[in-house]
Amino acid sequence: MQTETHAGADLNLDTLLSLYRGMLSIRKIEEALVRLYQLGHIPGACHTYIGQEAIATGVCAHLRQDDVVFSTHRGHGHAVAKGVPPEEVIGELLGRMTGCSRGRGGSMHLFSPEVGLMGTTGIVGPNLLQSTGAALSFQLLRLDRVSVCFFGDGAVNNGAFHEAINMAAIWDLPVLFVCENNMYATEVPFAYATRNTDVVARAASYGVASQDVDGNDVVAVFNASAQAVDHVRGGRGPYLVECRTYRTRPHAEGMRDVGYRTQDEVSQWKQRDPIAALRTALYNDAMATEEQLSAIEERVTATVDAARETAESSPFPDPSTATSHIFSE
Amino acid sequence: MREITYTEAAREGLDEEMARDSSVFVVGEGIGKRGGNFNTTLGLFDKYGPQRLRDTPIAERGFIGMCTGAAMTGTRPVVDFMFFDFILDATGEMINQIAKMQYMSSGRLKMPIVLRGCVGVGGSSATHHSGNYYSFYSHVPGWRVVLPTTPRDAKGLLKSAIRSDDPVLFLEHKLLLNTRGEVPDPDVDELIPFGKASVRREGTDVTAVAFGMMVNRTLEAAETLAQDGIRVEVIDPRSVAPLDMETILESLAKTGRMVIVDEDYGPAGMGAEIAALVADRAFDELDAPVRRVNGVHTPIPYSPPLEAAVVPNRDTIIGAIRDLVAE
Repeated sequence: MQTETHAGADLNLDTLLSLYRGMLSIRKIEEALVRLYQLGHIPGACHTYIGQEAIATGVCAHLRQDDVVFSTHRGHGHAVAKGVPPEEVIGELLGRMTGCSRGRGGSMHLFSPEVGLMGTTGIVGPNLLQSTGAALSFQLLRLDRVSVCFFGDGAVNNGAFHEAINMAAIWDLPVLFVCENNMYATEVPFAYATRNTDVVARAASYGVASQDVDGNDVVAVFNASAQAVDHVRGGRGPYLVECRTYRTRPHAEGMRDVGYRTQDEVSQWKQRDPIAALRTALYNDAMATEEQLSAIEERVTATVDAARETAESSPFPDPSTATSHIFSE
Repeated sequence: MREITYTEAAREGLDEEMARDSSVFVVGEGIGKRGGNFNTTLGLFDKYGPQRLRDTPIAERGFIGMCTGAAMTGTRPVVDFMFFDFILDATGEMINQIAKMQYMSSGRLKMPIVLRGCVGVGGSSATHHSGNYYSFYSHVPGWRVVLPTTPRDAKGLLKSAIRSDDPVLFLEHKLLLNTRGEVPDPDVDELIPFGKASVRREGTDVTAVAFGMMVNRTLEAAETLAQDGIRVEVIDPRSVAPLDMETILESLAKTGRMVIVDEDYGPAGMGAEIAALVADRAFDELDAPVRRVNGVHTPIPYSPPLEAAVVPNRDTIIGAIRDLVAE
């Protein structure tokens, strides 16, 4: 299989460059986090989104700040794409007071309700239910806001998927379900864990509109999401997009990455890198020069470097605040 | 003051809060047109419609998880779950999500959700419709857990629960639903705060802290004991979390003896917690060891004689208090 991004089909150059910049930001932040992890500066877990950047970028390009995103344990990319500043994401993984959860969360508990990031999560499944609930709020309050849930193939075999999509369907709730099918639930192959690996077919069985796309092709994700967000915001009920993709790093940093997939498989997917695919397309279609693209990359790198420095020089939280915010009163 | 039933009082409280705030809505099975298995929403469907009285599929984990997301985004869900046993499937949502959401978001998200329904042993409800389980949730940071025992408290505590930005478990003992009591007129906007115990009977010899239906059983016991000159002070904490230890300790300072009467299981339960706090804070006040009277540590059986054998009753409470006075 090949990922072939067709850059010029129907998107203008500004949009394409914005998608390029978006994916690259996520990649550079993840690479910085990997280095910080390897240096022992991240005290907890770190699940990177490397290889899947096209999905968060392509979907969130259609969202307003007051739309909400419910994410997964692999959620740094969703946070960045929804607008959480890089220094707050890096700061959170470093356990700093300036992190987006003020050091209470780490990788799997990123919160930034100000920009509509309603949490990454350490448990597979609840985000499907919560995103449906946000959509219920929007329906009750008569707001044209959209709720988006990112989840993996692992969540599809959890009861929460069925309960959420069923309720979203019967009440026509404005929720977009984005399945990031990266073929493995931690290290258990999706093809082992179900007789039916067609997530789109499952949506159809609940009467929910859906389509599948190459999740490594940002233009394809962008186009599918445009249609999906339009459907949801237009009050036509929920929608599911299945994005077929792959994570090229281990489930979590520091974990053994053998015994469940081959190096050959990993190498083949690395050939389908979503960022390289867009870069090649922009270049081949003569829409951007190598110099332009390299200049963007330099700027993104500089921004992420500065964010990392800011995060690293930020204070840790005061231990006396460990019990604040358990209750509102 | 007029007298109405516990269920009528709670329903009136719900109605008032729904009228006051259009972001309040109810979900549950059969709570729409039908008005609820226990008449908790009777008549409200006609007033507020299907959007705000929303019948659900039988998917307790699903609709509690969904209401978590709703509470994060500007509405105030009331989950009418019928029996506490039914929502054990949602334990993960309740402990991992609802209880932790405000903390994880460093207070930038609120969690205004109420889960309300029945607890308790009675009516041969058997083991999937008799659970109490509230002590579990007193153990978890992040929950308010209330156990009203009178119609007035049911109304005032439900109104407080719905207005609270914190998650509240509002637990109604099934044998209390049709009991009657004085409740202020509808135009009195009475809110009863969490963590404030009610001294249901004054006495000087023994402090009896009782929960839920056991408040009524203990009051009956106290009445009988009074004939023998034993004056029992009966305290109804009304909320398990937060727990009003101040009122409990004030009473102990007066009586020097304490019994905790709880239909819920003994091990790691409310009685154990109160006894530990008493030992910690008021050891010198004790004239005798703290005693506990609990439901038997067993699944709840069906057959009436078996069921009666696992719950404290007036006589077992009287026996425990007589023993305590004799110490």
